[in-house]
Amino acid sequence: MLAVGLAAAGIALATVFTLTAMKDSMMFFIPVSDVVAGEYPADRNFRVGGLVVDGSVNREPGSLEMSFRVTDLRCELPVRYTGVLPDLFREGQGVVAHGRIGSEGDFEADTILAKHDENYMAPEVAESLAEHVSEQTAGLAEGSGECTSP
Amino acid sequence: MWKFFHKLASPPHFYRIAESLLPWFAIPGLLLIGYGAYAGLFVAPPDYQQGDAFRIIYVHVPAAYLSMMAYMVMAISAGIGLIWRMKLAHAVSAAAAPLGAWFTFLALATGSIWGRPMWGTWWEWGDPRLTSELVLLFLYFGYMALRSAIEDTTKADRASAVLALVGAVNVPIIHFSVEWWSSLHQGPTLVKKGGPAMDTAMLYPLLAMIFGFTLLFGALLLRRVRTEVLYRERRKRWVRDMILANTGASK
Repeated sequence: MLAVGLAAAGIALATVFTLTAMKDSMMFFIPVSDVVAGEYPADRNFRVGGLVVDGSVNREPGSLEMSFRVTDLRCELPVRYTGVLPDLFREGQGVVAHGRIGSEGDFEADTILAKHDENYMAPEVAESLAEHVSEQTAGLAEGSGECTSP
Repeated sequence: MWKFFHKLASPPHFYRIAESLLPWFAIPGLLLIGYGAYAGLFVAPPDYQQGDAFRIIYVHVPAAYLSMMAYMVMAISAGIGLIWRMKLAHAVSAAAAPLGAWFTFLALATGSIWGRPMWGTWWEWGDPRLTSELVLLFLYFGYMALRSAIEDTTKADRASAVLALVGAVNVPIIHFSVEWWSSLHQGPTLVKKGGPAMDTAMLYPLLAMIFGFTLLFGALLLRRVRTEVLYRERRKRWVRDMILANTGASK
């Protein structure tokens, strides 16, 4: 019985500790809105996550330098990056950028990771769906003016 | 009904019944895996974003699911062993641990191989899903190390059962990590509102693989529990009698 009691107490303690320890630090990336609002660690590198804004990708010819903007459908943040991109990187795609805010207010990334969503489908299905979805999200892509950036 | 379970808990009875149960798990399991592997590789269409690379899902998802499932089997039977002092339950728990550890390793390895081309990284420290799955691997290692460090079987059973139960906290954390925190890993595909977010031509092979892996896990577990029971009861009379009967030696 003692062992059972100990186990129960251990489970309770372990739950409390893990959940409190993980509450904030387990956030893999910070949403764009928080970064734009200034809620990011200034003294170290961090990750920001969002979608690549359609038509925002700019590549410097003859080099690996590039810039684009990420959005969480409320705020936008310009990102600059030099290097090789993952295969899934494209406009409209979810990405996670690691780096820090540069002197010009841009996010200077040293790593770009691509996220993919939880949907799996054949290319033909995706094409017919895409038209449908773009109609629905037409308003969202505009940014809807809720961003409280300075 | 209760009598059946009571009899099942007796080691000699379990030893006999486990052998006859084995093919009922192994054969359908292998058939399902055979169908799932074929349909997953050749019949299912490529993914709209990931192309053919998504097909690693047919190993990754069953392995990840079983890494957690095996832990639940291990923790629940450890709990039963602690509460009702049931030796067979402890044997099940001990037998499940290495299987679970292998499934966890398989999930981490396939995930890493998948992550390199898709996300652009083999491994990301600080990602909640990746980290909690790695913690699961260490929990299995800790459990097995603790067992082998204590010579007395009864003491090893009790101590490791407490560890298995405390570690069970990690299983829901793994599952919900992608919903509670921001993660590189995408959200759940199969268990979500509005049904699975997957083409049926991709989904059926995946379900077949998941059930197939589960049945195979059942078969391997039965085999391992039998061995474990035989080892634990090695000084008992029924084991000696059985060996003598099998070898045909005279008493």
